[in-house]
Amino acid sequence: MAYDVNKIRDDFPILQREIRPGIPLTYLDSTATAQKPKVVIDAMNDFYTHSNANIHRGVHALAEEATAIYEKSRETIAGFINAPSSRQVIYTRNTTESINLVANAWGRAYLRSGDLVILTEMEHHSNLVPWHMLSEEKGIRLEFIPVTGDGLLDLDEYQVLLQQNPRLVAFTHMSNVLGTINPAADMIKMAHHAGAVALLDGAQSIPHFGVDVQSLDADFVAFSAHKMVGPTGIGILYGREDILETMPPFLGGGDMIKVVKLRSFKPNDIPYKFEAGTPAIAETAGFGAAVNYLSQIGMDNIARHEHEITEYALERLEEIPGLKLMGPSADKKGGVAAFTLDQVHPHDVAQILDGDGIAVRAGHHCAQPLHEKFGIPASTRASFYLYTTKEEVDKLVDGIYKVKRYFG
Amino acid sequence: MDDMYREVIIEHYKNPAYKGSLDPHDLSFEDSNPLCGDHIKIDLRVNEAGTITDARFDGHGCAISQASADLLLESIVGKTLDEVKELDKEHILGLLGIDLGPVRLKCALLSLKVLKAGVYGMNSATDELVG
Repeated sequence: MAYDVNKIRDDFPILQREIRPGIPLTYLDSTATAQKPKVVIDAMNDFYTHSNANIHRGVHALAEEATAIYEKSRETIAGFINAPSSRQVIYTRNTTESINLVANAWGRAYLRSGDLVILTEMEHHSNLVPWHMLSEEKGIRLEFIPVTGDGLLDLDEYQVLLQQNPRLVAFTHMSNVLGTINPAADMIKMAHHAGAVALLDGAQSIPHFGVDVQSLDADFVAFSAHKMVGPTGIGILYGREDILETMPPFLGGGDMIKVVKLRSFKPNDIPYKFEAGTPAIAETAGFGAAVNYLSQIGMDNIARHEHEITEYALERLEEIPGLKLMGPSADKKGGVAAFTLDQVHPHDVAQILDGDGIAVRAGHHCAQPLHEKFGIPASTRASFYLYTTKEEVDKLVDGIYKVKRYFG
Repeated sequence: MDDMYREVIIEHYKNPAYKGSLDPHDLSFEDSNPLCGDHIKIDLRVNEAGTITDARFDGHGCAISQASADLLLESIVGKTLDEVKELDKEHILGLLGIDLGPVRLKCALLSLKVLKAGVYGMNSATDELVG
């Protein structure tokens, strides 16, 4: 069946609204957060309307129902990433919390002063700062795989770094600025060969193309629901079973324990060991619905559509005099087009585009070191998803010409 | 939106009268807006009576932040340092002649924040200074 983007757009109530009277929304900021289809919103409403109770804490009918919804979503998500077991799928708040969980529970327990962690120069702040903090606390060493001028990772340099016996390699599957899709399977294989554990930041990849954690052989994978048409406040840490089993817990509290005495506790089994306190239960209902929605359309279809849009967008943007695109060519990247425009600050670009209802991001997109590397303080970023149309790309291009007229 | 890019703002952004630095100067302060990476440095010459006799700013940022800085410096030459301490958000909005949402307000107020932090002898600029 042909991909019908207009039919998909009908599923998203927010895409029907006008930003100001007579000005429809052109949403090109899905890399920051995706819009939500009605099925996701309904799933959360239904939970609060019909099934609300706390989980794992009661024998009454509602508690059973809420627990079933919570666990059903976990299984749905496990299937989506092809996890061997849903026990390896831990609910967190978001990608950031997932990476902090690894840094705090695994990193604190197993890393010693002088141990090497390899990151990359294209990381989001969420895969930098937790390691900075651990470095300050424990004296671990950080090294960075460099980014080349055309926005790819320098894998030769990675090979050199691997000779220093790293304990962990943590890197993004897809850059949120350059759009670069990194060769994750190869990089993980190389990490394992060097005896290191591999953590994959899947925040930008899992929403946009099929990711199979088993074929990647990743030890940890972190991602967020809100970037994949699901709600905010819920994310996942996938982990290799034997590592999760031996790892100490992260936060302490209810649900993560088996036995509590006045002066001691015994942690629960995985995944509950890492899920302290009442979680975002309605959000798991929404997350499950989001994954089902994406699966129904098919991740391959979504990826193909986004690729088509990205190719078209890069081609149209390249025509604009004074506009410089960041990152590699369309065949090596996902649906992200970050750029700078001569003589115009990204805030001004974004503001003038907003006047025509076009939502883009302006700033350093939580990747300050990457912008520094390219010698620019900030950029403007348009990003695309399953509901983006070529007409929206045309509007963006018209809008940028308008910006140039203002500042011309 | 058209309003936000009034001719006066574009004009001050493209041809700022007070951009540059003063050497020698009596006071110099600088700070950044971490949100967008905008950076601003302000140099002042002040006479014995505490009156500002000349001012310059340098740095990079959006049209709103750069135009505000230029308009602000134009407005303070001839004022005393004590008078500068009294300036607030309304002063900047009056100079720009527009109303701004919370995000762009930060851009507009960066220069005043840096100026007041400098006049008060603080290490870094805080939002309370321009509240």
